[in-house]
Amino acid sequence: MTDVTGEWLIKGASIAGGQVVDIRLADGLIAAVGPGLSAGAAQVLDAAGLVALPGLVDLHTHLREPGREDAETVETGTRAAALGGFTAVHAMANTEPVADTAGVVEQVWRLGQQAGYVDVRPVGAVTVGLGGKQLAELGAMADSAARVRVFSDDGHCVADPLLMRRALEYVKAFDGVIAQHAQEPRLTEGAQLNEGEVASRLGLSGWPAAAEEAIIARDCLLAAHTGSALHVCHVSTAGSVEIIRWAKSKGWRVTAEVTPHHLLLTDDLAGGYDPVFKVNPPLRTPADVDALRAALADGTIDCVATDHAPHPVEAKEAEWAAAANGMTGLETALRVVQLAMVDTGLIDWAGVADRMSARPARIGRVAGHGQPVAAGGQAHITLYDPAAAPEAVEPATHASKSRNSPFAGMALPGRVVATFLRGTATVLDGKVTR
Amino acid sequence: MKRHLISAADLSREEAVLVLDTAEELASVAGRPIRKLPTLRGRTVVNLFYEDSTRTRTSFEAAAKRLSADVINFSAKGSSVAKGESLKDTALTLEAMGTDAIVVRHSASGAPHRLAGWVTGSVINAGDGTHEHPTQALLDAFTIRQRLGAAGGYSTSQPGPAGHSAVKGHNADLRGTGLDGVRVTIVGDILHSRVARSNVLLLSTLGAEVTLVAPPTLIPYAVASWPCKISYDLGAELGQSDVVMMLRVQHERMTAAYFPSIREYRRRYGLDADRMALLPEHAIVMHPGPMNRGVEIAAEVADSPRSSIVAQVANGVTVRMAVLYLLLGGAEETASEREALL
Repeated sequence: MTDVTGEWLIKGASIAGGQVVDIRLADGLIAAVGPGLSAGAAQVLDAAGLVALPGLVDLHTHLREPGREDAETVETGTRAAALGGFTAVHAMANTEPVADTAGVVEQVWRLGQQAGYVDVRPVGAVTVGLGGKQLAELGAMADSAARVRVFSDDGHCVADPLLMRRALEYVKAFDGVIAQHAQEPRLTEGAQLNEGEVASRLGLSGWPAAAEEAIIARDCLLAAHTGSALHVCHVSTAGSVEIIRWAKSKGWRVTAEVTPHHLLLTDDLAGGYDPVFKVNPPLRTPADVDALRAALADGTIDCVATDHAPHPVEAKEAEWAAAANGMTGLETALRVVQLAMVDTGLIDWAGVADRMSARPARIGRVAGHGQPVAAGGQAHITLYDPAAAPEAVEPATHASKSRNSPFAGMALPGRVVATFLRGTATVLDGKVTR
Repeated sequence: MKRHLISAADLSREEAVLVLDTAEELASVAGRPIRKLPTLRGRTVVNLFYEDSTRTRTSFEAAAKRLSADVINFSAKGSSVAKGESLKDTALTLEAMGTDAIVVRHSASGAPHRLAGWVTGSVINAGDGTHEHPTQALLDAFTIRQRLGAAGGYSTSQPGPAGHSAVKGHNADLRGTGLDGVRVTIVGDILHSRVARSNVLLLSTLGAEVTLVAPPTLIPYAVASWPCKISYDLGAELGQSDVVMMLRVQHERMTAAYFPSIREYRRRYGLDADRMALLPEHAIVMHPGPMNRGVEIAAEVADSPRSSIVAQVANGVTVRMAVLYLLLGGAEETASEREALL
């Protein structure tokens, strides 16, 4: 019987695609890294051919609990996260009730601890009820047991420029960051799909790139003016990339994320009106995908974040306009990144470690995560087999409660073999350990 | 013919001409004392209308009844995911009742696509959101062929520019022909018009040269790939139009800042008697209805001999008969096989 919590010796893993070494885990820490370590009493995991990455950190996850346990719970969502190679996730605030008080964020944080698959870092709402009118008690959430550092009205844009300015300023007191869902509301009333050739043909209301870019440009200027930290959620257009590149060149405190689906999928997939491809921000054009990949490669976009957005079947089995926005993504993220970024030669595994672990951990202020796989660090490790034969995605087999994966039927390379959270194996041989 | 008619793009030129020719044959039935054919006896056609549209629904109903089909009108107005039965459950319900065809009108673009994935019968799009309305385009094409062909308005023997040079004889000669070289100008709220989208696709498939005219705010964002020209100047286009098709403009577009006022819209994009005088002598005026008299079309234009608006309505029934006949005809064999087993 495997003792998942005991000592482990990971034999012959390639650290972030580099040197092949053994890794010993003990007492929640990486006890030693080096060639030819002796097993002693530790259980041995043969990692020949596997890449060892620091445990992945997701800045953008919808766990749906409390309120929408029909779509996902903290338990099922974090199990899915572990299977995807994650050791920490940020739970978005658009729950029911909204995570806009210390009470709700502490509840989510505790549920995460009880589940034990990953560290759950609740995101606090910026405004009361995501209403965009009045600041939520950001300080109370920061001081709570959940120690919230990332605040977002995700799903809604903090559209009021004055409120956005105040939020950016206010969270400086506790080293917080505002993660903005950049969407100019007036320019996107009733919007259904990227405004372009496909939407025009399908007769779906357009979601113009300018509606995202205008908010990002405004927020970058506000971040500069206030000296505050802005994080841009799910960047989806080539124009947004240009604005963020410019803001970073000024030395402003701006960071950004891109989702796996925006790195791979395009708006022409909406041609059959299947709402599994309906998402906010919408799928864009091949030119946007190219720009996003290049930006992630050169670091303009800091990290990959899943925007894992589970929905029950009936929310997607509808006409396009009536269907919910969002896609699941935790269990496919690393494989999509391999296909879109690594197999294309844009980044190497060290780059993956940086964009999916180190940088998101830094942006989210997640202590202990995102550290290089080296002796003395907390033992958050993902073992990944990039040579695993491409296999078609089957949402029915996912640990997530929901099945709305846009990658269903797509052959994706690679396989998450094992995940360790603080030295405990949450995933072994591609399966959760409990 | 295919199983469904969801987009005008589903039709090849040959298929589109077949629909028009079949409609031509069926038109003769309308002239008989007993206007019924036994063709679809025992078949069930459901009119599933999520939006009010008395004219389209009654047109389909008349078409199905003239082919002796059983017709069920299923008015689902007001239904929504939040308030009532989902589209899928309605589809499964109709499927369980044994329907051969569902004629669907829905406010959401793409609803007929979804429906087609859930039922085994044929799905006919009777207008979906701001996407398409293919039977309207077919009846428009039929009307153009009939009106211009009868007037000798264009050459049917070979593709070429429209004009008076090719003198044609009678309607019967039109069978097998498309609309090669016919210059069609569609005017109005293109952005929100399912009629415009279907007409651009179908008329160009049939060889017509389509020009869309509207204020820039009412032209879809990305039309570069569409098989048509774009113009913002109605007066400049009328002199080279064999057909001008006026679309209904809704008052609520004004409040959404698509144009400043109805008065200004009428001045720049309305078809009045003065503008009508710019049209070539043989040119016809069309409107899919319902009209806003005094807005996009002046009363003297709507009631002029050039107007084909009443003919469009009459042709709507025969063209829809043709569509039902061709879509359901293909399933006949299966039905007789089923009977043989019983």
